[in-house]
Amino acid sequence: MPTSSADLVARLKKGDLRAASRLMSRAEAHDDETLNSLGAIYKAAGQAHIVGLTGVPGSGKSTLVSKLVEGMREDGRKVGIIAIDPSSPFSGGAILGDRIRMTNLVMDEGVFIRSMATRGSTGGLARSALTSVDILDAAGFDVIIIETVGVGQDEVEIAKASHSTLVVSAPGLGDDVQAIKAGILEIADIHVVSKCDRSDSNRTITDLKVMLAMGINIAIKDRDGKPLWQVPVVGTSSETGEGIKTLIDTLDKHRNVHLNTELGEERLRQIAEYRTFKTAEDLLRNRFFKSTNKTIKNVVEQIAKRESDPFTASNDLLKKIAF
Amino acid sequence: MGLPIRVLLAKVGLDGHDRGVKVVARTLRDAGMDVIYTGLHRTPEEVVNAAVQEDVDILGISLLSGAHMTICPKIMQLLEDKDAADTIVVVGGVVPDEDVTPLKEMGVKELLLQDTPPKEIVARLEKLVEERGPR
Repeated sequence: MPTSSADLVARLKKGDLRAASRLMSRAEAHDDETLNSLGAIYKAAGQAHIVGLTGVPGSGKSTLVSKLVEGMREDGRKVGIIAIDPSSPFSGGAILGDRIRMTNLVMDEGVFIRSMATRGSTGGLARSALTSVDILDAAGFDVIIIETVGVGQDEVEIAKASHSTLVVSAPGLGDDVQAIKAGILEIADIHVVSKCDRSDSNRTITDLKVMLAMGINIAIKDRDGKPLWQVPVVGTSSETGEGIKTLIDTLDKHRNVHLNTELGEERLRQIAEYRTFKTAEDLLRNRFFKSTNKTIKNVVEQIAKRESDPFTASNDLLKKIAF
Repeated sequence: MGLPIRVLLAKVGLDGHDRGVKVVARTLRDAGMDVIYTGLHRTPEEVVNAAVQEDVDILGISLLSGAHMTICPKIMQLLEDKDAADTIVVVGGVVPDEDVTPLKEMGVKELLLQDTPPKEIVARLEKLVEERGPR
């Protein structure tokens, strides 16, 4: 007989990590009983610093996470990691390999790593990533790092899901830095240039600084025009450890600005709004699939033959959703 | 909405051969499963910690080193200690016939040895999860 989710939540609040990992699975499976417990978990959460980390594939995100967390552990902070990798668009399966870069953390009782697959979600996050964040938050983790899938230009959801967003760029991409500047580079609270042991990293740091100076909100100001936060560029090397301490200090500074100014309140509202829309979308999607799984094949057939059209059919299907 | 079956594939101890486990990982992925691979040279403690945090349905241990009779009992004990005895443990790789029964007696649910066709690996894992039921 499976343990009830309410029992698991009670255990979670005492910091039981086995309960945490089981609740994450059930939430991801949209288990009805668990969905009813998620509200209580959300309300119990809210203490942790949520750090989003994103960047192109191969930019060194996972390795940076492992070094960053090592550094944070030195002052005793408990750190949770949600590491996201893509699902296959064909089979739905996934290879989740971020742990391979984090083997230094596995035996640390103060670190919890959870791998998640995107399952058709396109914003760079896994569908229930933020529920997993809530669960770790409620279990008493001080910092929770969300590592997105390797992104392209447009997967910017992480900025609406985290208190501090790190965008990792690797040296050697040259003009690509310019090419992607309108997309993902805009969402950074802190820019990180990884692999700074490489000789061309200074060039990338300069490129980013120039780009920032050219006008993408160089400083977020308060009502009196006093700058609250100026997006910095931090060079790091996971190989030599250079810059890791600076990055942790910069993150703490950003956290402090947030805790003490209107910037933080605004961000919390943005996150709440995003969560609400996302959750509604997920509920609707699940109910849609549940209520249409018998009829959808015929409908699709008719649309493919142009006997019906997607607009009328979708409207009809939505009307049949059981609430 | 059900979830894909979650599998953790691990290489434990002094065993540097990972072609097999990578082929299995790819096969399971193509069958729609979520596969967590933890890399080479892990200790039983590391593997069990990962399995607990990831809450996997199946822990698959790939062994070609001959150390299965030392490593498997440790893993079974650690899973018990960490309140994760409901994890289905399967072993793949090279295991002599006479070790199959003792491994099953200590709780290993299935042995998928080197001549097992990929399709059968998928089918047997799916069956094991179905037999276990919801948890």
